[in-house]
Amino acid sequence: MFDNVWLIPLFPFIGFLINGLLGKKIKNETVIGGIGALAVLCSFLVSCKTILALLSLPGEERVANVKVFTWITSGSFNADIAFLIDPLSCVMIMIVTGVGFLIHVYSIGYMHGEEGFYRFFSYLNLFMFSMLLLVLGNNLLLMFVGWEGVGLCSYLLIGYYFHKKSAGDAGKKAFVMNRVGDFGFLLGTFTLYWYMGQAHNVWTIKFTDLAANSHLLPTGGIVTAITLCFFLGATGKSAQIPLYTWLPDAMEGPTPVSALIHAATMVTAGVYMIGRMNYLFIRSPETLMVVAVVGGCTALFAATIGTAQNDIKRVLAYSTVSQLGYMFLAMGTGAFAAGIFHLMTHAFFKACLFLGSGAVIHSMHHALHHVHSHDDAQDMRNMGGLRSKMPLTFLTFLLATIAIAGIPGFSGFFSKDEILWQAFSNPHHGDLNYLLWGMGALAAGLTAFYMFRLVFMTFFGECRITPKAKDHLHESPMVIVIPLIVLAALSVVGGYIGLPKVIGELFGGIPNYFEHYLEPVFKYSEEYMAQHAAHAAEHSATLEWGLMGLSVLVALVGITIAFTMYVKNTELPKRFVATFPALHRAVYNKWYIDELYDYLFVNPCKALGRFLWKGFDVVVVDGVVNGVANVVMAFSGVFRYMQSGYIYNYAWSMAFGVVVILGYYVFK
Amino acid sequence: MSNHLLSLTTFLPILGVLLLLFIPKDSKGVLRGVALAVTVVTFLVSLPILTGFQTNAEFQFLENVPWIAAGPFVMRYNVGIDGISLWLVILTTFIMPLAVLSTWTAVEEKVKEYMICLLLLETGMLGAFISLDLFLFYIFWEVMLIPMYFIIGIWGGKNKIYAAVKFFIYTMVGSLLMLVALIFLYFKGLDAGFSNFGLLQFFDLRLDPATQTWLFLAFALAFAIKVPMFPLHTWLPDAHTEAPTAGSVILAAILLKMGTYGYVRFALPLFPDAAHRFTPLIATLAVIGIIYAALVAMVQEDVKKLVAYSSVAHLGFVMLGVFAFNTQGITGGMLQMLNHGVSTGALFLIVGFIYERRHTRLITDFGGLSKQMPIFATIFMIVTLSSIGLPGTNGFVGEFLILLGSFESSLRWWAVVASSGVILSAVYMLWMFQRVMFGELDNPKNQTLSDLNAREIAIMLPLLALIFIMGVYPNPFIEKMDPAVQKLVAQTKPLGMSARQMPAMQMQGLPAGHPAIPGMAVPAVEQATPAVADPNEVK
Repeated sequence: MFDNVWLIPLFPFIGFLINGLLGKKIKNETVIGGIGALAVLCSFLVSCKTILALLSLPGEERVANVKVFTWITSGSFNADIAFLIDPLSCVMIMIVTGVGFLIHVYSIGYMHGEEGFYRFFSYLNLFMFSMLLLVLGNNLLLMFVGWEGVGLCSYLLIGYYFHKKSAGDAGKKAFVMNRVGDFGFLLGTFTLYWYMGQAHNVWTIKFTDLAANSHLLPTGGIVTAITLCFFLGATGKSAQIPLYTWLPDAMEGPTPVSALIHAATMVTAGVYMIGRMNYLFIRSPETLMVVAVVGGCTALFAATIGTAQNDIKRVLAYSTVSQLGYMFLAMGTGAFAAGIFHLMTHAFFKACLFLGSGAVIHSMHHALHHVHSHDDAQDMRNMGGLRSKMPLTFLTFLLATIAIAGIPGFSGFFSKDEILWQAFSNPHHGDLNYLLWGMGALAAGLTAFYMFRLVFMTFFGECRITPKAKDHLHESPMVIVIPLIVLAALSVVGGYIGLPKVIGELFGGIPNYFEHYLEPVFKYSEEYMAQHAAHAAEHSATLEWGLMGLSVLVALVGITIAFTMYVKNTELPKRFVATFPALHRAVYNKWYIDELYDYLFVNPCKALGRFLWKGFDVVVVDGVVNGVANVVMAFSGVFRYMQSGYIYNYAWSMAFGVVVILGYYVFK
Repeated sequence: MSNHLLSLTTFLPILGVLLLLFIPKDSKGVLRGVALAVTVVTFLVSLPILTGFQTNAEFQFLENVPWIAAGPFVMRYNVGIDGISLWLVILTTFIMPLAVLSTWTAVEEKVKEYMICLLLLETGMLGAFISLDLFLFYIFWEVMLIPMYFIIGIWGGKNKIYAAVKFFIYTMVGSLLMLVALIFLYFKGLDAGFSNFGLLQFFDLRLDPATQTWLFLAFALAFAIKVPMFPLHTWLPDAHTEAPTAGSVILAAILLKMGTYGYVRFALPLFPDAAHRFTPLIATLAVIGIIYAALVAMVQEDVKKLVAYSSVAHLGFVMLGVFAFNTQGITGGMLQMLNHGVSTGALFLIVGFIYERRHTRLITDFGGLSKQMPIFATIFMIVTLSSIGLPGTNGFVGEFLILLGSFESSLRWWAVVASSGVILSAVYMLWMFQRVMFGELDNPKNQTLSDLNAREIAIMLPLLALIFIMGVYPNPFIEKMDPAVQKLVAQTKPLGMSARQMPAMQMQGLPAGHPAIPGMAVPAVEQATPAVADPNEVK
């Protein structure tokens, strides 16, 4: 019944080929953009059909492997091109193709008139293809193909404006940091394959086989090593500490790219991967702790940086890093469904925010361009008061902001609150839970602060560009606005399929549909937990309500501070900067992490390379080689006098020889 | 006729040389055309070898006739191929037409001699891959050396004499040691009752450990220079940089494979115990090579030198895989040999294209070429990605199997370190690509560059096709070589298997206590094949 799932990645691939090979000749933007969007729409429709087919099956039968052909066979190793259909991959393809389609449509408007329009759409389709391989791949290696493929597309799209050095640098940085993660992914794959094989004679990298045999694995030990390797991979792809620094730089790419790749889909691949291999991670308490702590720290750390950035996209980038931190926090507390749930709601509201910021930048850019101003169209200090000029953009942006800030009733509230509750109440981390919850709650407050700071600086107050330029500000065309509206609507209502238990009970026992739907995927972990983990302390519903109230309160405080500083009393930020110059400088400069990495890794590597080349290759090895050659030359320089060709020289040597031989016999 | 297919393929280029001799040296067009035609025909003639090859571990297309008998020395013209040499033969005949095309316009001086050198070289390389007689192999091995020496020394760049002499002497040192070892081995064979230099019989000769050690060292050194392995690699950057494009392409794509092929065909099966003894050393040098060459490549200022160093890193991977002594490792190593031929060959062609236009290879002289040369940019990007082993391209499959194989063997920690090479390769290749292709097109000399012409695109297309075919559907390649690889794995099992190596053997699905069978060469092949097991059936 899933026989045609291979169509899902195939459509975007065809789109990629058409636009990539013929796009330059087609020229017509509507046709190119149409092909790109249509390809994704087709995938989306097949995805819908697939998930409906899946839902028609009883819970325990909702898993299928669909093989296309054998890819690599060598000895006991086997990897197929084959797809895995289960609730988790289905929810992912729905997000990827659904949000992806909206962003494709938006791009037709946004990229209008750009040089290399066809190139953009072919890359975007290639990205969709790779991402779908990643989530549909039924084995580690095929997932890795998608994993690297999305990295490549990210590289190509970040470097889309390749004539800018900063864009090229950012693309390279993204690729290399991702490769550091890939190194971990590969090692994890090797170790898992090798261990399962030599210890239990299970030679496989297929997810369903691994899951079915996961009971053979021990707790901790080798599993900790394997999962930590995979987690390193996740930190690269999903921009977690210590490999997060590429994501803010990735904002060099066009804004739809930031929305699609660097917010809604690719960067969540790490979360998906942990969800896919939850049965491994649950078996290592140590790794779970590392995941939770890294997630919590990233959530908080990135949020602090977000408070001091002035580039509208950079604020959103740090926000993305921070929100991804939440997802890892969830994964690290064993709340896999909650993590995936936040992945989904985040895809809605963050895509909406990025696209909204894109609309703002687009409008600002045109306005500034008209008056030949070279002011930065992305700098919020140049914006202000856009509310009246772009009402629809403002409204959708505001809704998404409320969602991310965690105001009750909006999608972000449900997913974030579920994560915070799990951080507090999970049975894995003992007293660390309080810290995890604290970091999460504090980050929630900061999130509310910097997001409303962004809204206030952009849409409220006085417009800070010249009045002449101001007249050219305008609302975006429908092709841009409609995706915004759809995403904003999803940001509002998307959370209701996953109501937290206490809220569901309040409304007459509405179940958490989302968690229930994902149950078959996480059943191995559930079984393991039932046998092994210490039982969770019983927490009363009152406590849950109390914590929920507290997190809402923290968010409201954040919003209030933002309102005070950026609407009521706009002198406050300057006073704050004047009072704490060092702190502001550190935050503004992202805590100097980039500089630290340059100092620790980049520069030493280059210096070492130079030393090995000029020092070792040229001096030592070639020194020996040329030295030997010179010695030989020197000897032959001496010996060649023996064959000078002059008779008298030979006569002399003969005479000398005779004397020596005679002398020897005489004096013996 | 088909019985002589190998000889026909190998000596067709020599016939071409004879033909060229009758063409006046000023008719450059005719000379080029004839040389191209000869290489194309050679390629076409070699295709029936591929299609007629039976997927088993036997040597095929055998020809064995008396050749020289001088006193105790009996050499025979004994040739044949198995799954391992098959692909290298095809790679050679495939690359040669591209190489001839690559310097179609770049070489204007002494065209006749140049083409003769290329054709002689082809015969030498093909002969070395098909030889099943130790002495015949040695002859071909030396035959390759001379045309290459001239190609670098006559048609090379500024520093050509230094590079050519360095290339020659480095290789010669190794060859002479190999010759001595070869003769010594021959006398050992005479003692055991052999009557000629035929290679296959020597596989059954299990020498005592001390003799194996010395002979292995001599062979290994000769091959290590050719590979080249760290620290014997310094001839390569010079030779590559100075050689004309065709020279670099052939050097990278085929000549270097002579070294790794030497290990697979000779050093390992002839002296398995010694090979095992030196595995830690060789694996260490291979891994050092991977990291070292990557670091050095990163800081190169000359594109061609950068690619040359990347070759050293790639060949380090091949060596690591081969010395894993298991199916995945050796299969990966073999695939990587082919991949490297395709990808690095393509990279040298690409460097040749821009050198021909700008007469410089310094990275700082370029920048922003993407804008001016979009087709070139796309092709360059694909080849770059294949070189860094992106999944979906050929480079990935080989690299992955090598790392997987060595991870399963006793070389686990070596594999871990080598894996970090995937990070470094991305760093140096992408950084170079960025500096050459991205950024502002601010150098006025670059603003008038023309994009690739039809000839250049035609050269690249077959390579691009292979990059994707071998990346997406590598199984046909693996299947053909698999029986030969299995046989090699069985042949190289050490006699006194130490406890440490036991698990590595078990992992291959081979019975652990399985004694190494001395007479493994031909009749006992079937014993190795059941090792292919479907992992899914295990559970």
